[in-house]
Amino acid sequence: MTNGRPRAAPAVGARASPSGSVPTGPPRALTARLEQQAKLLFLWPAVLMLVFLSIFPLFVSLYLSLTRLEFVPGGFALRWVGLANYRKLLFGIEREHFLGLLAGPSPVQRVALGVIAIGLVVFLARSLRRPERPLAGLLGRSLWAAAVGAVAWLLARTLLPGGRPGTLVTTLTYVGVGVAVQYGLGLGLAVLCAQQIAGRRFFRVVFLLPMMITPVGIAYTFRILMDLGKGPFAPVWRGLGLAEVSWASDPWGARIAVMIGDVWQWTPFMFVVLLAALESQPPELLEAATVDGADRWQTFWRITWPQIAPVTATLVLIRIIEAFKIVDLPNVLTSGGPGTATESLTLHAFIAWRTLDIGGSAAVAYLLLLVVTLAVLAYLRLVRRRLTEPT
Amino acid sequence: MKRRLSLRMAVLWAAGTLGAGPAWAAGPFEGVSVNILTFTGPQIAEPLQRRAPDFEKLTGAKINVITVPFSDLYQKMLTDMATRTNSYHAFVFAPQWLADFATPGYLEALTSRVAADKALQWQDIAPFFRNFSAMYAGRNYTVPVDGDFQMVYYRTDLLAQGGLRPPETWDDYLKIAAAFDKKDLNGDGTPDFGSCIAKKRNAQSYWMVWSVAGGFLQSQGTKQGSFFDLETMKPLVGSDAFAEALRVYVATGKYGPPDELNWDVGDSRSAFVTGRCALTVDWGDIGTLAIDPKTSKVMDKVGAVILPGTHRVLDRKTGKLVPCDKTTCPYAVNGVNHAPFAAFGGWSGGINAAAPPRVKDAAYAFLSYMSQPAQSNVDVTIGITGFNPYRTSQFKSLDLWLKAGMSRAAAQNYLGAIAASLNSPNMVLDLRIPQNQRYQQVVLDTAVAKLLARQTTIDQAVTEISEGWEAITNELGRDKQLKAYRETLNVER
Repeated sequence: MTNGRPRAAPAVGARASPSGSVPTGPPRALTARLEQQAKLLFLWPAVLMLVFLSIFPLFVSLYLSLTRLEFVPGGFALRWVGLANYRKLLFGIEREHFLGLLAGPSPVQRVALGVIAIGLVVFLARSLRRPERPLAGLLGRSLWAAAVGAVAWLLARTLLPGGRPGTLVTTLTYVGVGVAVQYGLGLGLAVLCAQQIAGRRFFRVVFLLPMMITPVGIAYTFRILMDLGKGPFAPVWRGLGLAEVSWASDPWGARIAVMIGDVWQWTPFMFVVLLAALESQPPELLEAATVDGADRWQTFWRITWPQIAPVTATLVLIRIIEAFKIVDLPNVLTSGGPGTATESLTLHAFIAWRTLDIGGSAAVAYLLLLVVTLAVLAYLRLVRRRLTEPT
Repeated sequence: MKRRLSLRMAVLWAAGTLGAGPAWAAGPFEGVSVNILTFTGPQIAEPLQRRAPDFEKLTGAKINVITVPFSDLYQKMLTDMATRTNSYHAFVFAPQWLADFATPGYLEALTSRVAADKALQWQDIAPFFRNFSAMYAGRNYTVPVDGDFQMVYYRTDLLAQGGLRPPETWDDYLKIAAAFDKKDLNGDGTPDFGSCIAKKRNAQSYWMVWSVAGGFLQSQGTKQGSFFDLETMKPLVGSDAFAEALRVYVATGKYGPPDELNWDVGDSRSAFVTGRCALTVDWGDIGTLAIDPKTSKVMDKVGAVILPGTHRVLDRKTGKLVPCDKTTCPYAVNGVNHAPFAAFGGWSGGINAAAPPRVKDAAYAFLSYMSQPAQSNVDVTIGITGFNPYRTSQFKSLDLWLKAGMSRAAAQNYLGAIAASLNSPNMVLDLRIPQNQRYQQVVLDTAVAKLLARQTTIDQAVTEISEGWEAITNELGRDKQLKAYRETLNVER
C-alpha cells in the first residue's frame, strides 16, 4: 500500500483464513458501505438543521410577503395578495416611507445624473472590447451599472433640497458613512497601537470595550449622553449657550447621533482585526523599506497596505452586511424619529411586524435582502479585481 | 386589621361566586399561577406587582406580572392568542383594542362573572367605563382598573401672578404658553417652558394631537364621532378643521423644550411636576403626581381644566370651518365648543379564553380584587400607579383625596375637571373599530411625527393620513368598518 489509496475490502463470503479461523467482525463490504453512508449520516443532521432554521424560514417569509394576516375566530389566516405588499412599498402609500420623497431634478442634479450616466455608458462600452466572453461580461456589467445608476438616481433625488430620504437611503447612509468612518478610525487606532508606545496593552483593552457591550445598552447610554436637558453634558450645553439646540428635532442631527453610536460600537471590531493584520506583517519587509530610505507614508502605502488589503476586503464586507441590519440604535435612541428620519430598513420591517403587518414586514425584509445582495456583489466586483490584478 | 379582613372577605366572596364551593376558604387558588401581561411600568405594572403578594396570601394564587413596552403590547397579546401559544392568562391593556380581541373569541366574556360579583360593586363604576370601555358587541370583556380622560394642566401660581384665566380655547393655550415660555418657572435660575407635551413617535403623541383636533371635528355630541364620516367612512382628517388642529399642535412646539419630539409622558410629567412647564396635556396622572412630596415641586400649584375648545368647527358638508352658533355647536359653553377626549379608555383587565378554567377563576378574582373599592380607592390617589379615578364614589368622596395629601381646593379642581369631561355630552370617544391600532399607532402617529420633524407640511400630513386611512379601510372592507364604527358610537339608523 504505497499509493495512498485504501486497501480494498474482501468481498462478502470470503473464505476463512488459512488457519481456519473465521473473521468475527462484520463483513468488509458492509463496513465499506457503512463507511460510505457515514458521510451522509454525519452530513444530514447539519443539512436538516440548515434547511429548517434557514432555508425553510426563507421560503416561508417569501410566502408571507405575498399574503396578508387576518384574525379569524380561533386563530389566524393568511390571505394571498400577490405582489400587493411590494406594490405598496414601491408605488403605493408606503413609497415615501421606503424610497423617500423624490424632488424634481434641479439643474445641478441633472448635470450630476448626466455625468454618472455617461460614466456608466463608458463602463459598459469597455466591456465590449474585452476579448473573453464579451456578451456575458456585458450582461453582468449592465446589471451592475443599472444598480449603481438606480442608487445614484435615488440619492440625487432624495438627498438634495426638496427631497427626503426614505428608509432605504437612510440605511445606505448608515452603511456608507458608518463603515467608512469605522474603518478609518479603526485603522488609525490599529496603526497607533501597533507602535511601540507606552501603555499600548491598556489602550488595546480600552478600545475593545465598546464591542463587548450589548447594542441596546449602547443605545441607552447614548440616549442618556445626548439628553440635552437631563444628560450629564447638560451643564456643558447650557454653558456653551446651546441648550436650545436639539439634535433629536433635526433629521440630520438625529441621523448623525445614530451614526456616532454605531461608529463607537463597531470601530473596535475594525481595530482588533486590523491590528492583528498589521502585526502579522513580516518585519523584514518593513526593515528593508526603512533601509531603502522610504518614509512612513511610502512604507504604509507600498508595503503595509497591499498586505492588509485582503483582510480589509473581508472586514469591510462583513461590516457592510452587518450595517445593513442596524436596528437597535435607531429604535432605542430615537424610535426611528424625528418623523421617520432615522428609521433603517430593519426598523421599518420591525415596526410593520410590531403592528402585525406581517406581509408588509416580510416584503421590506426581502427588499433588504435584494439590496444587500446587490451591494455585496458590487463590492466584491470592485475589490476582486483590485486584489487579483498584478500590481 | 379591619380593612385586611374586609379585603379577605371581598376576595373570598368574589371567588365564591365562581362556584368553587367550600374549598375557597383555605387558599382557594393554592398552586395556581397566573401570568398577566401589561406594559412596562412603573405605571400600571406597579400596583399589580405591589398587590400580587397580598392577593397570594389571601387566595394562594401566584400572580406573575410580565411587562413589555407599550408599543409591543398589542402585538404580544394578539400573537400569543392567535398562534395559540397562550403563555399569558390575563392582560391589563387598552380596551380600545377589544374589537381585535373579542371578535375572534380570544378574550373570555366576563358578563356572568361580573353580574355575580357583588364585591366588585359594578354599579359604582362610572357608566362610561362600565358600559362603553368594558363592553364590546353587547358583552362585557374587561374589568376597568383605571379611568382615562385627557385634560390640560396649568400652574395656578403662575396664572394668578399673570392675572390670567385657565385656557378655554386652544388660542388661549398658546397665549398662556407664550407668556411663560423661557422664564424661570421653578426658581432654579434656568429658563423653562410654556408648554410640555409628549410628542415622541411610537409613544402617546397620536392621542395628544386628537385632544387638540376633537374640538374642531366634533360638535354635535358624542354620537357624531370625530374620526370618520358616518355615511361614507371617509376620514374627517382631510378637512380644514384637522389642518387647523395640526397648526395648533405644531405651534405648541414653539413654547416647548428643544427635544420635545423625543419626550413621552414620562418626560413631560417629570418636567411638569418639577416645575419646568406652565402647561401640559395629559391624562389624570399629573393631579396625583403633583402631590407626591418626594418628587413634586408644584404641590398645591396645579390646576386642571377640561380640554380647551374652539370657536370654529367642521361643517361636514363642505369640509370647511364654520363659526360656532346654536346650530353648529349646540353644546358650546360661552360660545366655545369643548370636546373632551376619552383617550385610550382606561387600563382594563381581560382574560384569555384559552386559559385553564381554574386559572381563569384566579385571574378574574385578581382583576376583581384590583378593581374593588378597597384597593382602587387607594391606588387612584397614588401618582405612580397610573390609575386615575373611574368610580362614582371616587369622584364624590373628597376624603380619599384629602387623605392622599391633596388640598381641598386642588381636589375639587381636579375631580371637577374629570367630571366635566366625563359628563360632557360632546365627549370624544376613542377609535374602537377593527385594527384601530393601524389607523392610529401607525398611520396617524407616523404622519404627525414627520410633520413635527418638518419632514412634511401640514397639507402633506393631511393627505398622508387620509390616504393611509382610506387604504386600511379599503383593505379591511369599507362596509364592515363603517358598521363597526357606527356600532361603537351606538348610532342607530
